[in-house]
Amino acid sequence: MEWEVVIGLEIHAQLATKSKIFSGASTAYGAQPNTQACAIDLGLPGVLPVVNKEAVAMGAKFGLAIGANVSKHSIFDRKNYFYPDSPKGYQTSQLYYPIVETGHIDIELEDGKIKTVGITRAHLEEDAGKSLHENYNGMTGIDLNRAGTPLLEIVSEPDLRSAKEAVAYMKKIHSLVQYLEICDGNMQEGSFRCDANVSVRPKGQEEFGTRAEIKNINSFRFVERAINHEIERQIELIEDGGTVIQETRLYDSDKDETRSMRSKEEANDYRYFPCPDLLPIILDDEFLDSIKKTLPELPEAKKARFIKEYNLKSIDADILTSQKDLSIFYEAVIKCANGNAKICANWMLGEVNAALNKNELSIAESPISPEQLGGLIQRISDNTISGKIAKTVFEAMWNGEGSADEVIEKKGLKQVTDTGLIEKVIDEIMANNQGQVEQFRSGKEQVLGFFVGQTMKATQGKANPQQVNALLIKKLKG
Amino acid sequence: MFQKTIAELIIDLQNKSISSVELTQAYLDRIQNIDQNYNSYITITPELALQQAKQADTRIAAGNADPLTGIPIAQKDIFCTNGVKTTCGSKMLDNFIAPYDATVIEKFNQAGAVTLGKTNMDEFAMGSSNETSFYGAVKNPWNVKTVPGGSSGGSAAAVAARLAPAATGTDTGGSIRQPAALCNLTGLKPTYGRVSRFGMIAFASSLDQAGPMAKTAEDAAIMMNTMAGFDPKDSTCSDQAVPDYTANLNNSLKGLKIGLPKEFFEKGMDENVAKVIEEAINTYKKAGAEIVDISLPNSGLSVPSYYVVAPAEASSNLSRFDGVRYGYRCENPVDLEDLYKRSRGEGFGEEVKRRIMIGTYALSVGFYDAYYLKAQKVRRLISDDFKKAFEQVDVIMGPTTPTTAFNIGEKSNDPVTMYLSDIYTIAVNLAGLPGMSIPAGFANNMPVGLQLIGNYFDESRLLNAAHQYQQITNWHKKTPAGEE
Repeated sequence: MEWEVVIGLEIHAQLATKSKIFSGASTAYGAQPNTQACAIDLGLPGVLPVVNKEAVAMGAKFGLAIGANVSKHSIFDRKNYFYPDSPKGYQTSQLYYPIVETGHIDIELEDGKIKTVGITRAHLEEDAGKSLHENYNGMTGIDLNRAGTPLLEIVSEPDLRSAKEAVAYMKKIHSLVQYLEICDGNMQEGSFRCDANVSVRPKGQEEFGTRAEIKNINSFRFVERAINHEIERQIELIEDGGTVIQETRLYDSDKDETRSMRSKEEANDYRYFPCPDLLPIILDDEFLDSIKKTLPELPEAKKARFIKEYNLKSIDADILTSQKDLSIFYEAVIKCANGNAKICANWMLGEVNAALNKNELSIAESPISPEQLGGLIQRISDNTISGKIAKTVFEAMWNGEGSADEVIEKKGLKQVTDTGLIEKVIDEIMANNQGQVEQFRSGKEQVLGFFVGQTMKATQGKANPQQVNALLIKKLKG
Repeated sequence: MFQKTIAELIIDLQNKSISSVELTQAYLDRIQNIDQNYNSYITITPELALQQAKQADTRIAAGNADPLTGIPIAQKDIFCTNGVKTTCGSKMLDNFIAPYDATVIEKFNQAGAVTLGKTNMDEFAMGSSNETSFYGAVKNPWNVKTVPGGSSGGSAAAVAARLAPAATGTDTGGSIRQPAALCNLTGLKPTYGRVSRFGMIAFASSLDQAGPMAKTAEDAAIMMNTMAGFDPKDSTCSDQAVPDYTANLNNSLKGLKIGLPKEFFEKGMDENVAKVIEEAINTYKKAGAEIVDISLPNSGLSVPSYYVVAPAEASSNLSRFDGVRYGYRCENPVDLEDLYKRSRGEGFGEEVKRRIMIGTYALSVGFYDAYYLKAQKVRRLISDDFKKAFEQVDVIMGPTTPTTAFNIGEKSNDPVTMYLSDIYTIAVNLAGLPGMSIPAGFANNMPVGLQLIGNYFDESRLLNAAHQYQQITNWHKKTPAGEE
């Protein structure tokens, strides 16, 4: 039987506010447990929430950026459940009237086709704290630093048909929230994570299969693996005569498997109702217009501009605009290099990308600045150094040896363009390699490569390759 | 001295015929000596009180006193008080020392008032008799066999027994007005949002409101000047400007349009209570007020809708009492579920558990629309009734309670009968309006309260109407036998 996969994602993006969604406590990551939890975050008796306007603005910004309907009247609800890291016994969220209503977003698939993915809603909510199970002699520690951190939960329609599509969608949203500067996108710290609803159905069947929800996946790689694993599990189960049950599953990245957390029967009745401590969020046109004005150039528009303005290939423009930081870095390099966007793109996608990957660094952590890289490209353009030498300079800059000019100067890497000097070297090589000279002259012109190599070697790569070529041909042909 | 109103004590303190330390010590001694008869305080704070009194005397001497500087006040034990045990009448919080001040407490502190202690109350403000308190029933100073009303029963008994010049209360369905009525006091529940709820332990967030319980309307006005006002820490708190509530106390009653809702007089009211209310209305009439018959057709729905909305909110508000971070925790829990079940099972009393169950049920999947949403719709109808009424009248009047104080134990096993004792007060909370109860006479030798209901933020008019009544009657000056 042929199966069709149906996936919907719930992405949790931590909003980049300084303080929490309902209190003035800091949201900074990594503090000592419970040092960033005030009376409100601890859920002490009598405390009340006051909504962080910045979080509301960020939620609205997301909605406007995807052209969705931003609600002018959204309401916070309480989702009631008991858990030690949920200090009030409920999570304040938005069920009935979310801040962002239906919208959609386009993703580019591997074959270059564009797919539109529906977004059901995006709503504001508070994060929970953390339960710590290690080192407490069998007891559980509770850290409420994260409790009350603002989240935007972005819920997609069940429009995704493979793990790859799910990853493409997640990457798209990841890029977008960073462009909008509403989320730092840091997946290791949990600032951007998702739950995946996965089901399978026989191809052609209209009705959805029973879904399982895989909770809290915090990397693109894990999303793909967890979903693929879950698809396999469900198909195997059905083909063996079993049925999928509706349940929540957890992905274990160490074992690369999902396992059941709780079934539908064990699921909580969350008893949602409007939070009586908070007023509805009323947004007017003036406010929404002011947010609209802060919208930056978004990835798609930027990509189109890169293709047009810098004459890039679609795939290159796609990569360079996939992260806001990368696109900014790239344009800064162009500026410092005095033009030649194409060479700049090649360096970004080639050397820079490779070095970052090798060292597991993000562009923001690059030890080479746009000024340094731009300076290097300038020296290539003005023939001070060859492309090959440039790689040596790049490596030196990466290791912190200064600007391109400093490295070139210090290491004496300046290209030799003195015709007399190059001729002298060539003459010497020809004299020492009469056999090869004869070969060339009898028509075996491939030998040219040998002479080029020898000449470059003799000049430690510094001779201008074009000049070397021209002079060699002239001399060899006699 | 113990019969004096706040207004009179302010003069005594200003002309230094008494110091705040002397006054405070006198009240502390009196509490020490006779509160065992009433059980009106859960915690007495003599050290804090005397320290505050000392500071107040310095401030008075320096000439920068506020009206309440040096005045001893009893605080309902629902307000978090920094460094002081704050129990909300529950075993659940028997070990809870609040690490911060409620806004109401902070405002009294800034005004230089003296905190005598924390008064007894129905557990988590759930009750109409003060019998649900973990700290035992409070006795009505007018007859110790009877209840003082609730949930602010400790505050009511304390003021009635002259164990404090005045006290704070909170009112979710009548918890200021009903005990004020049963103990011959003047109590005001302000408009929802007039007084900050920050630091006031929540029962039903959309209904809870703090207010003064005093001997006179004038005292209530003085307290309101301190208590009312916008608080950025409470999103539901109004930023409407606060008037000087003492400014209009002396306006004439002439031409005041008083609405009498026929539904309040139809049935259920004790005959003798009805006579007292009739007489009080007559007094207003004689003073020049105009009486208008009105109707609040949906008021009969207020008790059932209240007993959906309030428990629903309570079931969620009380979820934080889980034995994890503070408050009561059961001994030797075997696992998390055991910790929850036993901590809450042992920490909460019967009435609280009953309301959590009702509220949880009302919010459950499949019942939410039929109960919670329906109740909210009824609530809107009740508000609309009042809105219409206030197009015709300035103030609505009627009884505060259907009967005078009932006996301790009389209704404690019959929750529905108990719930009906708030039948006249609940609609006011559902609509968010201000309401008062003032002493109007006696029936069966027990005090009867007249309820005054005003339009939104019209507390000044209520206080004015109450004060004028107190200029021509002496009911509010009556003191329980033995405490004169």
